[in-house]
Amino acid sequence: MSNRSEILTTNNQQPTTRYLRLSGLEPLIVTPETNFINVGERTNVAGSKKFLRLVKEQKFEEALAVAREQVENGAQVIDINMDDGLIDGKEAMVKFLNLVIAEPDISRVPIMIDSSKWEIIEAGLQVVQGKCVVNSISLKEGEEQFLHHAKLIKRYGAAVIVMAFDEVGQADNYDRRIEIAKRSYDVLVNKVNFAPEDIIFDLNIFPVATGMDEHKLNAIDFIEATRWVRENLPHASVSGGVSNVSFSFRGNNPVREAMHSVFLYHAIKAGMNMGIVNPSMLEVYDDIPKDLLERVEDVILNRRDDATERLLDFAESVVGKTKESKVDLSWREEPLQNRITRALVKGIDQYIIEDIEEARLAASKPIEVIEGNLMTGMNVVGDLFGSGKMFLPQVVKSARVMKKAVAYLLPYIEEEKLLNPQEGDDKGAGKILMATVKGDVHDIGKNIVSVVLACNNYEIVDLGVMVPPEKIIAAAIEHNVDIIGLSGLITPSLDEMVHLAKEMERKKFKFPLLIGGATTSKAHTAVKIDTQYSEAVVHVNDASRAVTVVGDLLKEETSQGYKKSIKDDYDVFREKFLNRSSSKTYKPISAARRNKFKIDWKTSEIVKPNTLGIQVIDDLDLNLLLPFIDWTPFFRSWELHGKYPAILTDDVVGVQATELFADAQEMLNTIISEKKLKAKGIFGLFPANSVNDDDIDVTLNAVQGRDKEQYTFRTLRQQLERREGVADYALADFIAPKESGKQDYMGCFCVSTGFGTAELAAKYEADLDDYNSIMVKALADRLAEAFAEYLHKEVRLKHWGYAANEELSNEDLIKESYKGIRPAPGYPACPDHLEKLTIWDILNVKETIGVELTDSLAMWPAASVSGYYFGNPQARYFGLGKIKDDQVKDFAERKGMPLEDAERWLAPNIVD
Amino acid sequence: MKDIKEILKERILILDGAMGTMLQRYKFTEEDFRGERFKEWEHPLQGNNDLLSLTQPEAIAEVHRKYFAAGADIVETNTFSGTTIAMADYYMEDLVYELNYESARIAKMVADEFTAKEPNKPRFVAGSIGPTNKTASMSPDVNDPGYRAVSFDELRIAYKQQVEALLDGGSDLLLVETIFDTLNAKAALFAIEEVKEERNIDVPIMVSGTITDASGRTLSGQTAEAFLISISHIPILSVGFNCALGANQLVPHLEVLSTKSEHAVSAHPNAGLPNAFGEYDETPDQMAEQIKEYAEKGLVNIVGGCCGTTPEHITAIAEVVENFAPRQF
Repeated sequence: MSNRSEILTTNNQQPTTRYLRLSGLEPLIVTPETNFINVGERTNVAGSKKFLRLVKEQKFEEALAVAREQVENGAQVIDINMDDGLIDGKEAMVKFLNLVIAEPDISRVPIMIDSSKWEIIEAGLQVVQGKCVVNSISLKEGEEQFLHHAKLIKRYGAAVIVMAFDEVGQADNYDRRIEIAKRSYDVLVNKVNFAPEDIIFDLNIFPVATGMDEHKLNAIDFIEATRWVRENLPHASVSGGVSNVSFSFRGNNPVREAMHSVFLYHAIKAGMNMGIVNPSMLEVYDDIPKDLLERVEDVILNRRDDATERLLDFAESVVGKTKESKVDLSWREEPLQNRITRALVKGIDQYIIEDIEEARLAASKPIEVIEGNLMTGMNVVGDLFGSGKMFLPQVVKSARVMKKAVAYLLPYIEEEKLLNPQEGDDKGAGKILMATVKGDVHDIGKNIVSVVLACNNYEIVDLGVMVPPEKIIAAAIEHNVDIIGLSGLITPSLDEMVHLAKEMERKKFKFPLLIGGATTSKAHTAVKIDTQYSEAVVHVNDASRAVTVVGDLLKEETSQGYKKSIKDDYDVFREKFLNRSSSKTYKPISAARRNKFKIDWKTSEIVKPNTLGIQVIDDLDLNLLLPFIDWTPFFRSWELHGKYPAILTDDVVGVQATELFADAQEMLNTIISEKKLKAKGIFGLFPANSVNDDDIDVTLNAVQGRDKEQYTFRTLRQQLERREGVADYALADFIAPKESGKQDYMGCFCVSTGFGTAELAAKYEADLDDYNSIMVKALADRLAEAFAEYLHKEVRLKHWGYAANEELSNEDLIKESYKGIRPAPGYPACPDHLEKLTIWDILNVKETIGVELTDSLAMWPAASVSGYYFGNPQARYFGLGKIKDDQVKDFAERKGMPLEDAERWLAPNIVD
Repeated sequence: MKDIKEILKERILILDGAMGTMLQRYKFTEEDFRGERFKEWEHPLQGNNDLLSLTQPEAIAEVHRKYFAAGADIVETNTFSGTTIAMADYYMEDLVYELNYESARIAKMVADEFTAKEPNKPRFVAGSIGPTNKTASMSPDVNDPGYRAVSFDELRIAYKQQVEALLDGGSDLLLVETIFDTLNAKAALFAIEEVKEERNIDVPIMVSGTITDASGRTLSGQTAEAFLISISHIPILSVGFNCALGANQLVPHLEVLSTKSEHAVSAHPNAGLPNAFGEYDETPDQMAEQIKEYAEKGLVNIVGGCCGTTPEHITAIAEVVENFAPRQF
């Protein structure tokens, strides 16, 4: 041990940046830029009756939901308090924290352990791995205990809230607040080496406008003391519970909301950087009516003697007044540029033509209106979108206004060109070719990206859907484009993209290739596409990133560097990805078959369908589908993330989601009342047995006039080596094998609500209305899914009838809690699209209802769903994962097709 | 003798490689593990590598010697499982103090030999403190997520005993390593602080977490930066990552530490990812080539190896980093 003393530790007392750093599963760093950290307060038994009841009744699942909701609603820290006379606070704290820790979507944020009892705080600190905040300690019981607790808190690795409280009592004026804060700070820093950035002061927020003179200074004293602390106690933070300040106006929410925001406005300016605020009890400072604002500020800042009386008088006139939505047209009085910018930002097209005309008359050339007025406005839109203050549906509406304005100007610009022909008139920021690849019909995402890029002054050459590669190459040359963007939703499209990349290489193209769409991934792009093309290939899956990526690719300053960094990034990613996949092992198909999922066919109950054979639904009333719509994916297609219906009240995107939802409802009404879309479906239920492990023979004995009586579905089996006791599934496992001697059944179906979509969308596009064009397609997709859900229920209840007594809510349906499954070719359980051909043969889909299959086996119209029905109660959804060569070879033989064809179709699922 | 912090400013320090991999070469039998002393022990002892410090001390010393000879500045004591919690598997809770003390003593003895030969290159002993085989913030039972198999206090007491023995045996540093649950590590750090206070001493602490897979998180779910924040409340010498990943996969996580940490940064990765047979097959040259990237980018102050690494790996790594300046901090 002799030489240990020669080794010194690093001096951790002087970090370079002294910010309050907290952690859950993820970091939270409180910097000057974070402005204000919002602490969730619903998991506090003292503040929430609901939470108290849940804890008392031991309903911890529901109590967890309260915590989760807060985090989803934007709480950056969650305060947990179990101080109640009727519960064992220590036990409840530990139990609840242990459960919270097990939920990554909650425990990603840091936790504030809130109690007045030290034993509860310590018990909490012992079960949380992240850096917490202790709420709170104070000098109330004297310095010795204060320091003892502080030392332990430091050793447990937490930050601390210090209440402005000492042996004498709670600080209730400016001088006492700073006196206690300074003393607490000094002893913490000097006597226990507490890191100053880990100290947070709660300087006591007390009510104002109580009618008592001594309360008049409560708010302003807090604000001024906050300023003093931030200026004089380096690195310390200030926090507080904001709702106290408006306590005397309980029952008058408009006034309380205004008081909270005025208080915060001034306290944050003074340096308050953290606090407990109920977001639904907050008005936007700028939106507070002038007269109310003046009176509230008088009270908060104590600006006049009669401030309280004046606010009380005024408050009576505000009581009960609900927020009226009145169209405010005052912006029409503003200068021209402001009006144009506002029309673009708000997506209002009502006045745009008259404003543009005014701008045109003022400009020396009509093109200047686009380059000047409109681009100024669109730059604002771009900035707001880029910084997350505007959301996709708004931007698409902005584009609608922009397009209208440009369309109005075009004839004037053409005329001008004839008068003064000039070189390079049409050189915008860049020209981008967009196309959905051959065999694929999906274009919602592609259209959204096109619109957003167009908003940013890029010229878009949109070739539409099902575009053959030679056409893409020819158009790229003809239009001399700067970037090609390819989109696709189904797996065969991946191959098309690889092929295109090869073609671009062969043609020695020199510009970047963008890849997007639901089936694409960074992994596929890096491993399969990037390697084919020497220029930059970028995977971009959302519209907001598309703008930055295209900008970085085309701007002269960034272009070279960005392209190189992308290439490098994909190199590294590819290497990592390939290394990673090599660690997985797969078993031979023969072994997987031996380990199939075994249903005990002796006891398994098989229900014979009430009606065997094929049935057609020619024109279903769309109203029947409304209850079956799953709205969550609808919002996702607009890049608004969150679950319906909670998304409608979401703190961040709620307003936009509500507006989008209202527009969707309006469009749905039009579609239904004017019969704009037609729903058609076909399905059949047949005797079936599995044969040779993985095939299913289907017998069409009920159908007359068919040459062929027997059809076979080929299913694929999982081969990934997993832990002992887990079966290797194939869909065939859910059907009784022939040798069992039992007659089993299965079904297949195709539904579509896409008839009429293309026409309607084209009509909107002709009207320069991309917003509604995209809306129609997104809704048609939802209706098709709803139709599949509806029909599955009809089949379960009536046509097959194995679940005649089921009662499930829409939510249960979305959660797929019904009995039996309806997997679709192209989705995880059966990712090969080839079996669609068999479904089409069996049901005569094309001839009967008109849904066609493209070269890549995508369905046209796009808003269509097809799949199988399995009725066994043990049937379940699963993901096939990767399969090996031996199964591919076997599959090709079973299907009687060349091995290369099978390899091409199954490529995305074959182990590399 | 020079202060380790001073040396850290001058060059990249070399930590040793795997102990387990080296011990496998001896092909010790159950009898070898037992030695004379534990001949009659009622439970099987093969695989209890920590016990070899008592029954095969020469082998342990030889491994340390090979690593120092290969260029290591720091060797880790043979005490990865030296807590009552981990030793419960062998019913050897009562031997924990002795195991740690002897392991530290052996390592220190070998270190002193080398320091005496090369006074300008002092060698150090890091007391290795493993994660134990239980997790304080995760439930082993998927049906009962609120259950915990071990408490903070149980861990704290077990770690405290290990720390005291490691220091008594002559450890120069303490290395809390292979942290897959940050709460376990916080219990260890808590125990170390208690010992420091009770003995009124200071001892440099190295902390090393484990990013378990490509998710880039620890097993208990923290990102690299969240992990760093969670262990930064007491003075430490270095923070880093070891095990689970190869040198190549660690780069992005070391970059986080390197930018965000004001301490020294360490890394002792595995010899690549395990192959289909669970073996680590990255060669010394391959691994050194990747460690070179750490040095080129200025990411690290201390490098070594974990599972699958050997003195040959350490030699290759030491040669590669010799020409690079350490990360500035």
